[in-house]
Amino acid sequence: MPKLTINGVEVEVEAGTSILQAAEEIGVEIPRFCYHDRLSVPANCRMCLVDLEGAPKPVASCAMACGDGMVIRTDSERAEKARKGVMEFLLINHPLDCPICDQGGECDLQDQAVGYGYDRSRYHETKRSVPNKELGPLVETVMTRCINCTRCVRFAEEVAGVDDIAQLHRGEDAEITTFVEKTISSELSGNLVDVCPVGALTNKPYAYKARPWELKKTISIDVHDAVGSNIRIDARGREVLRVMPRLNEDVNEEWISDKTRYALDGLAKGRLDRPYIRNSRSKKLEEASWGEALALVAKKLKASDPKKTAALVGDLADIESTVALKDLMAGLGVANLDCRVDGAMYPADNRAGYLFNTTIAGLEDSDAVLLVGTNPRIEAAMVNARIRKTWLAKRIKVGVIGEDMDLNYPYAHIGDDAAALSKANAFFKGAKNPVIIVGSAVFKRSDAQAVLNEINAICEKSKVVTKDWNGFNVLHSAAGRVGALEVGFTPAKGGMDINKIIKASADDSLETLFLLGVDNAELINGLGKKTFVIYQGHHGDLGASNADVILPAAAYSEKDASYMNMEGRLQRAQKAVSAPNEAKQDWTIIRALSDSLGTALPYNDLYELRKSIRAHYKHFPAIDEVQAAEWKGIGGKGTCIKAKFTPAIDNFYMTNVICHASKVMKDCTDSFIAQGDKAIAAE
Amino acid sequence: MRKPFDLEADYQPKDFAFTPKYKKKTAEIIANYPKGRQQSAVMGLLDLAQRQVGDEGAKADKPYGGWIPKAAMDHIAEVLSMPPMKVYEVATFYSMYNLAPVGKYLVQICGTSPCWLCGAAKIKKVCEDHLGIKLLETTEDGLFTLMEVECLGACVNAPMVQINDDYYEDLNEEIMIKMLDQLKAGKKITVGSQTGRKTSMAASGPTSLMEEAKKAKVI
Repeated sequence: MPKLTINGVEVEVEAGTSILQAAEEIGVEIPRFCYHDRLSVPANCRMCLVDLEGAPKPVASCAMACGDGMVIRTDSERAEKARKGVMEFLLINHPLDCPICDQGGECDLQDQAVGYGYDRSRYHETKRSVPNKELGPLVETVMTRCINCTRCVRFAEEVAGVDDIAQLHRGEDAEITTFVEKTISSELSGNLVDVCPVGALTNKPYAYKARPWELKKTISIDVHDAVGSNIRIDARGREVLRVMPRLNEDVNEEWISDKTRYALDGLAKGRLDRPYIRNSRSKKLEEASWGEALALVAKKLKASDPKKTAALVGDLADIESTVALKDLMAGLGVANLDCRVDGAMYPADNRAGYLFNTTIAGLEDSDAVLLVGTNPRIEAAMVNARIRKTWLAKRIKVGVIGEDMDLNYPYAHIGDDAAALSKANAFFKGAKNPVIIVGSAVFKRSDAQAVLNEINAICEKSKVVTKDWNGFNVLHSAAGRVGALEVGFTPAKGGMDINKIIKASADDSLETLFLLGVDNAELINGLGKKTFVIYQGHHGDLGASNADVILPAAAYSEKDASYMNMEGRLQRAQKAVSAPNEAKQDWTIIRALSDSLGTALPYNDLYELRKSIRAHYKHFPAIDEVQAAEWKGIGGKGTCIKAKFTPAIDNFYMTNVICHASKVMKDCTDSFIAQGDKAIAAE
Repeated sequence: MRKPFDLEADYQPKDFAFTPKYKKKTAEIIANYPKGRQQSAVMGLLDLAQRQVGDEGAKADKPYGGWIPKAAMDHIAEVLSMPPMKVYEVATFYSMYNLAPVGKYLVQICGTSPCWLCGAAKIKKVCEDHLGIKLLETTEDGLFTLMEVECLGACVNAPMVQINDDYYEDLNEEIMIKMLDQLKAGKKITVGSQTGRKTSMAASGPTSLMEEAKKAKVI
């Protein structure tokens, strides 16, 4: 391992470490623009020049590997002069429009110009200007500001896996452009805004809205898919203005999907901000007070036969409210509980049978990945990015059983129905760490048990599951599902499951149904007219419009809550803004309801509730951790039918009530999904 | 000087394929690189495409020079299994690839300091005046396109121009006009120094290594 001296401090680093990384290890800051931890190193901005003893010229520290005995100075006169020179060159063609630039206040160029540049310009000639590019509804471009660091090109090529962006021409004519002004068709395009060190690529919906120092920043967890991406919510007053990724190597690294980043305008639209009760005569929903609404719900629940009462929790439910609802229903003697509202019948008593056991970061150890009935690019973009990363690093084998689709890495299309499973063992031949990723849509099939049984056989034969490797994974797409399964929000002894509950409602034998944020079209449309529906949630979507009582709740940005992602990783989200008007945090509504019922739940604050959860669910991991599940096999008897596998989601941008209310997501659907269809037609 | 580059222009042909003669050469170039690294052949293939178009242009009723249409770049991208965008990046970067139609004779005038000091501006002006076109324009008969380029590395024999593949050095205005007229008349012109200078020796004749110069019959 090479030993070198940086600014008089001796440091020993692993072979292959760059000088820039070594300096970072000992806390010496070296300015940079083109260098990015997660992208390849082009060394084209020259901002990271350092003084290397014995070298005739300053060297680019990002691309120079540490050598034994190197003596480096980042604070010598030569290094400082070199940086100032580079800075001056970079600023030659950079416009002085910081006062109207959205990057202002969080701009690398701005910061580093102050820190490492001259205090005035010596350039008096005309600056160049570059025409802006059309990148679709998410990313705004002001290309004159571009300093040609090529981070966006490398991000698109390496992480997003799209070859839409490139740098054309050379010298002062060099410019970043898209393929004939085509919009970028990537579910990760929002990250371009983050990687751009200047204001050339900025967040379009956020344009001209705020300055970074005006924003209150809250660390939180995303609920738009089951990845549980770590995010930071930036808000001003009551308004959430933007969502940024937060580093978590185990989950989303430092990227987030476009839905996570851009669906936030849906948080301000179509909200349920006060309780509503359906007028029994006019059949219309009318505003009500909390007292009236809770009293009515309590009355209905009390009067209703527990055998004819049911409660369901939906896609966005947090763990606290799920537990509170479970406890409330247990108090009423209701056994008809379920969280599998999309009809994907996960084995509730078999943790390894519904978790993403390999873990997202664990995918990097795999050497063959088989996707069954899922399109990870749409269902969990960050998981797909991780598969791509692994493919890029090791050229792993990827196989698909299901729809032929556009993943951003090459794969072998093995087949599109259950018969193709017989070829899986051949696919896995020679693989040491094989991985099977089963889509949630597989669990919806009538032959799910039989299909899973075949997969179980593959797991045994191809050593997908061994003592120290669990390669069986279920890819969820709903943020609340795993948490609800983990706390056992499934039929209690003698209770009806989701299918039976819907059937009972359709037969008019279900009296009362409590929906905690359930908006699945198939389910809501299948309910009978006679069932009294209580809807607790935050958006006036399908579930609310069919309800008899609406209890307005807080969205994910408005509550302190815990979620479990598809791996079973327990994560905490924090309240960034207050819920609108009279809407309340979910668990407090249920707690208040228990008061109205006269059977108060035994927790008065979030702390007590969480303590109670810890006491009851011993298998819960520590915060941010995963508790591995014991493999007990999966699947049951049956025969596979001929039906083709289909992915769980067809439109990436429209998967929950927040997206439905979001104009940005609608624009994305119009420009990307519609465009995609056209492209397919043209081929 | 920014090269004309318009992927949607009217002059772009619909398709492109290498002729058997050039196809053989592409295979030779691709074989130079290890398997899986065939993308490295992109520069060679771009050059071949340009030469093939140039061959066709020389025989056309209204002649034109070698250039690389979008269809050719896309074809190369397909042959080398790389994204078309990456081919465009390479093609736009290097000044030797023409991405829009040019005349049969592409006159590249060096305008960098040594040539400029020796009168490159006059050469440029005389070309423009004599041919009646400005830089980056093509004469109506399709014979000539003018371009100004950066240093071509023949500074000792400045000023100089490159016409298609060859260098023409030690120019002055009269020589330049004569050269253009001869090319127009379809005659061949001497490659290299136009004043009879042997390679890059001093203009006044050899000043050192006299023995060797005598052996080489330069003096």
